[in-house]
Amino acid sequence: MDIRTTGDPATEEEIAAIDGLLGEPESLWQGGERHPADDHVAHGGRAVRSRRHLLLPVLHAIQDRTGWVSRGGLEYACRRLSIPPAEAYGVVSFYARFALQPRGALALHVCDDIACKCAGADELCAALEKDFGAPGGAWHRSPCLGLCDRAPAALVEGAGADYEARQIAPVTFAEADGVLRGGAWPHNHSTPLSPTLSPGGRGGLLRRVGVVDPRSVDSYLDHGGFAALRRAREMGAEAVIHEVTDARLLGRGGAAFPTGRKWESVRKADARPHYLVCNADESEPGTFKDRVLMENDPFAVVEGMALAAFATGCEKGYLYVRTEYPLARQRIENAIARSRERGLLEIDIEVRRGAGAYICGEETALFNSIEGKRGEPRNKPPFPVEVGLFGKPTVENNVETLINVLDIVIDGGAAYATTGTRDSTGMRLFCVSGHVLKPGLYEVPMGTSLRALIELAEGLGPGRTLQAVLLGGAAGSFVTPAQLDVPLSFEGTRAIGATLGSGAVIVFDDTADMKQMLLRIARFFRDESCGQCVPCRVGTKRQEEILERLLAAPHGDRRADVMLLTDIAQAMRDASICGLGQTAANAIGSGLTQLRVLNG
Amino acid sequence: MAEPVFVGLPRKLVGVTIDGRDIEMTEGSTILDACRQLEVDTPTLCQLDTLTPINVCRVCVVELEGSRVLVPACSRKVEAGMKIATDSDRVRHSRRLVLELLASSVDMSLCSPRVHGWMARYGATPARFGSEVATVAQPVKVDNDLYVRDYSRCILCYKCVEACGVDAQNTFAIGVAGRGFDAHISTEFDVGLPDSACVYCGNCIGVCPTGALMFKSEHDMRAAGTWDESRQSVTETVCPYCGVGCMLELHVQDNTIVKVTSPLDNSVTAGHLCVKGRFGFEFVQRRRS
Repeated sequence: MDIRTTGDPATEEEIAAIDGLLGEPESLWQGGERHPADDHVAHGGRAVRSRRHLLLPVLHAIQDRTGWVSRGGLEYACRRLSIPPAEAYGVVSFYARFALQPRGALALHVCDDIACKCAGADELCAALEKDFGAPGGAWHRSPCLGLCDRAPAALVEGAGADYEARQIAPVTFAEADGVLRGGAWPHNHSTPLSPTLSPGGRGGLLRRVGVVDPRSVDSYLDHGGFAALRRAREMGAEAVIHEVTDARLLGRGGAAFPTGRKWESVRKADARPHYLVCNADESEPGTFKDRVLMENDPFAVVEGMALAAFATGCEKGYLYVRTEYPLARQRIENAIARSRERGLLEIDIEVRRGAGAYICGEETALFNSIEGKRGEPRNKPPFPVEVGLFGKPTVENNVETLINVLDIVIDGGAAYATTGTRDSTGMRLFCVSGHVLKPGLYEVPMGTSLRALIELAEGLGPGRTLQAVLLGGAAGSFVTPAQLDVPLSFEGTRAIGATLGSGAVIVFDDTADMKQMLLRIARFFRDESCGQCVPCRVGTKRQEEILERLLAAPHGDRRADVMLLTDIAQAMRDASICGLGQTAANAIGSGLTQLRVLNG
Repeated sequence: MAEPVFVGLPRKLVGVTIDGRDIEMTEGSTILDACRQLEVDTPTLCQLDTLTPINVCRVCVVELEGSRVLVPACSRKVEAGMKIATDSDRVRHSRRLVLELLASSVDMSLCSPRVHGWMARYGATPARFGSEVATVAQPVKVDNDLYVRDYSRCILCYKCVEACGVDAQNTFAIGVAGRGFDAHISTEFDVGLPDSACVYCGNCIGVCPTGALMFKSEHDMRAAGTWDESRQSVTETVCPYCGVGCMLELHVQDNTIVKVTSPLDNSVTAGHLCVKGRFGFEFVQRRRS
């Protein structure tokens, strides 16, 4: 393709970053020096265009090295990958991580999302704003960083040849202040990590967390690692799918689709190759289960992927992990390399890094992101099991789902299905955060009551009363104190109009300002809407505006505005392309009707 | 090496029911095709017969029995036994809201009368969101002599991007940039068209449904108050430049060509032209003094 570029040339640093990933350019046609042969031979066509999927890794390489993406750097990337600059600009401007204006090497991202708000994030941000100016310079406000068990949280990045990123949680003002003044970064509180586990719950999905050495394949093997994969190969693919179907396992990412049926469809699909995608883009506010699993039991995630690939006949696997999880990414990459060294992996697994976009947790948006495009969801049908990544049959599973499959293969589907309820089998990980004494990751059988779960987290602080629980994150809905006996199962929550979603459980006591929580949720969806379809693009904007208006004017006739919100909610739910728009009004709607936030 | 082309078997007929009326469609047709065959007027904004359906505007949604959400008629293929409602409360509600949300944020005054007809049909009152709400209003981009871009009229239907890309021109001078409400059509780093890859074929103007993309001649005449479609005639002719034989429609006002289009259903052009056919008409109106 004839790529027209009119900007300044890329800097040596940018070229080094890009060539470090792609290798030296072979000819003028790929952005290199002019050789006599280039005048006679043109390179292009499908072979060159098929490198499009490397766009995000290349953009990360530039951002990691220089702290932003310049026009020259982007245009050099375009020449290397044969991507039209306008398209690449559309991609780079889509993802929150990439900066299009020069900024310093240091970037501190401070979470001001729901769970961190319960732990003083607003005060922290206000203090930072006083000393370091409005966000956007060296420090930035961030949506949920997935460290809600240790809120408030921050993520610090240092660009350069030796790029580094580190999670800091909990973060104090003194620590943030030190980092922004160029001081040493505080110790990464998440290593070693011991999440709060349910008493006696160590037999389940989390049994190796905090026990096994997450860096060592030997340690994993000593704890029964790769037994499930071995067993699966003895059983054969069809028998594996049979067991998963018998287990009645439902996907743990939020949509609760039967895993067995998904696997069966991909296995039977004629088109080749088949792809496996592990969705580790966990970005639902209040959710951190997949991070805990990847950081502390990464080999199990890799084994789960290998097993799923075996059962569904996948030739290649991708694990897409959000960029805010540097430790998880590093541990998974290590686990893949160590497993491959030992000959334990037959499938090629590649780790892909998200770039700050909640929408990329939507399965088809994630495909587009891997393909180097804007993370815009696709209309379904066709479904991913027929037309998925690169247009091929694709099985996409959440991290927790894959961990479940290991036990199903070892114990048998029927045995697995004896835990939980009839329609929601197995154990479930719940990310409990907010105003509880022991926030953390809890593993309980499906059907356990919300009350019992909150009691496991040792309930509220002394003298405090419960105001509300947000079940399922921003895409979920509020549950009132009167509904605490709801069984945490798919059907149990559905019966009260709520959802388990991703397993996020954010608890609010009487000190929480629920109006601010609703506004934060509205802002979250306005920020994270991809902008593709009208109901969500304009709907999330109007929802935020009207909510602001309502909460700012405590008196007067508010019926018209509440009616507007209801109207917008129905159109978003009915007519949006994907789950983001379809759920973007849930929490706000339940806040207004169940919690009567406006009356408080 | 080229792969063999399989012609395939004759396509089957698929029976569906729309608003209680049965119809048989060939496999692969869309719900919109079926609606049109039954003369059910279905609003569309981002759909165009010559472009790949991208179902982003959502104004064509219909209610499909058994589906949790409404489905876009423009892209959803018919399946045997589908039962579809095109005028249910849910459908009317979503269509109304889509039109209201758009019109509350975008200047839609130059949309075709059909669009205004749909607004009336669904009772769209964009003003009900209030006067203080955000819009996409911004200055017109005038950076060349041939056409202007007025993105305060842009409903982000993606048609221009599709026409600039694989659906017609394969130039890729524009794309969708940004995210959410800030998403917009842009060249790389928002450079002016002369610095972009634009080849001025004007095919983006040809597909724009809102007047956001417009001949500079039309833009200037509108600004001067001299644009008057009632005084315009359309003359069909064939492009004089090369041998392809593109059909042109010359829009003439006061004996001067003010705009050139090509019919969408023309087998040669499918509505698309090149810079010469679209803009190379100045020589016609060089008059001896």
